[in-house]
Amino acid sequence: MLGDGALERLRHEGRIVVVGASLAGLRAAETLRAKGFAGSLTMIGDEPHEPYDRPPLSKGVLLGRARADRTALPRLRTVDATWRLGVPATALDMAGRKVRLADGDEVPYDRLLIATGVRARPWPREEEAELDGVFVLRTRDEGAALARRLDGGPRRVLVIGGGFAGSEVASACRERGIPVTVAERGAAPLVGALGGVVAAVAAGLQREHGVDLRCGIMVTALEGDASGRVRAAHLSDGSTVETDVVVVSLGALRNTEWLDGSGLGAGPRGIACDAGCRAFDIRGIVTDDIYAAGDVARSPHPLFGYQFLSLEHWGNAVAQAGIAAHNMLSESVDRLPHMDVPAFWSSQFGVNVKSVGVPSMATDIMITQGSLDSRRFVGVYGYQGRVIGAVSFDQGRWLPFYKELIERTAPFPPEFPTVDRHADGQRPMDADFPDPSVPSHGPTVTLSGYSPADRRMTFVPAH
Amino acid sequence: MSIAVDLNRCQGYAQCAFLAPEIFTMHGDEALLYDPDADEAQREKLAQAAAACPVQAILVDAVDEPAEAVPGAR
Ligand SMILES: Cc1cc2nc3c(=O)[nH]c(=O)nc-3n(C[C@H](O)[C@H](O)[C@H](O)COP(=O)(O)OP(=O)(O)OC[C@H]3O[C@@H](n4cnc5c(N)ncnc54)[C@H](O)[C@@H]3O)c2cc1C
Ligand code: SF4
Repeated sequence: MLGDGALERLRHEGRIVVVGASLAGLRAAETLRAKGFAGSLTMIGDEPHEPYDRPPLSKGVLLGRARADRTALPRLRTVDATWRLGVPATALDMAGRKVRLADGDEVPYDRLLIATGVRARPWPREEEAELDGVFVLRTRDEGAALARRLDGGPRRVLVIGGGFAGSEVASACRERGIPVTVAERGAAPLVGALGGVVAAVAAGLQREHGVDLRCGIMVTALEGDASGRVRAAHLSDGSTVETDVVVVSLGALRNTEWLDGSGLGAGPRGIACDAGCRAFDIRGIVTDDIYAAGDVARSPHPLFGYQFLSLEHWGNAVAQAGIAAHNMLSESVDRLPHMDVPAFWSSQFGVNVKSVGVPSMATDIMITQGSLDSRRFVGVYGYQGRVIGAVSFDQGRWLPFYKELIERTAPFPPEFPTVDRHADGQRPMDADFPDPSVPSHGPTVTLSGYSPADRRMTFVPAH
Repeated sequence: MSIAVDLNRCQGYAQCAFLAPEIFTMHGDEALLYDPDADEAQREKLAQAAAACPVQAILVDAVDEPAEAVPGAR
């Protein structure tokens, strides 16, 4: 392409289509315009709303301090685009460079960005999932519906799944004085994301705030009354929880079904792309005109052994969107890799929880500051003799320091003398992650490289 | 006015909560809660808070241009 003017033509009169009009889609569109893209830009989104922010949905909105329909994302600059909202994309024609929409329209593109994100994993039994009072929480409408129900003062809320989202829901309920039961399959809340050592702290936090926390347990069935309202849940230990609101927080499913049969390397683990956000086709060949960003993307990360990572992190969506937009408009030598260190925040039970790196890849943890008992601490995660992640509970200010250690592939256990000399701060211990083959509610970072031990694939050579 | 805070960046300095308490409040020792849709009357205070944030974590509308929900448009 070099020198033949194609890129210049793209910049001036090209057609760029973005599918998924949320955080990653909006930030990519802003970046494209900021970088001087003057061609036509089409934003396709299946939700009828303008791009909005999701993190407040499980925090301020459930506390009644913000409204779900008022979490529009700020516009950082003018975006001249055609918005096709409320219409899902249903198919991709890679050879013809067209996206097909549910209303029958076809939208041609020169460059395509796929940012269709994930959706909440529904309760697996359909009739039970449809009972009145059973919720999931991913979209603005789902947030509004749940907030309204909490306003009505339910007798008890049952949260299924003690991941970040489920814990935040439980926290908001307790703050509003609503009785809550949390049912978690693992040994403690957050165990899939942060390991057993930190999860024990999270469990203590929940119990101290009056959560009826049940671990090592599964919900086996939901039961409705004659009018179709949920009234109870049955658990695997034979017990029953009487409840009128159930929040299913079992992690997320990637929105890739619309790409089935397109020839793109997309599936339940997301869309495989290179470090520059260019999507692979199913033959493992990188496309030059299709990009992926945000929760739906999975890409290799040099800091983590080129493992493919799928991240469900706000900051990752923003960063990848910027990289994808830049690379779409750049010659190969000017393209940038997405090498941000993953970072995530949550707040629950009045505690600010943050993580950097990929804690779930670790085997060991060492508390370097504060103490587990005080629930104010920094824990550093180690893997094969290097620092791979860190978590803080109410010690967020320190995280940039640990991020740098991860970037420098610093040795683990860290060599510096720990700042505080608490009993649990002196030696590394087993971080106590559950067996990764046991499905959890979603650690927010998924190592999604195919492992040689994975025998569910069939290799069919083309010729 | 739409607001979002990049809470990965935010380090809980509480400058914003001091300058625009109607929009930002500390929740516990360190966690920040904010109203993502502040009243227009707060614009001046919000601008001050955004400028005062030591890590520039506060994102505010630069333009007033909401997307239109137009299923049929092209
Ligand atoms: C309740 C909640 C709380 C969260 N809290 C935090 C937090 O504290 N910290 C943090 O780091 N992250 C948090 N997150 C995660 C964060 O919101 C996501 O990482 C981020 O939204 C990802 O942005 P995205 O644009 O990739 O995907 P999404 O925001 O999922 O957007 C994808 C969009 O594409 C649309 N779409 C899907 N399929 C199609 C199709 N075929 N055609 C057209 N449109 C389609 C979807 O409907 C959606 O609007 C939270 C998420 C939720 C739900
Ligand atoms: S001023 Fe900035 S860093 Fe401080 S609390 Fe507000 S947003 Fe966070």
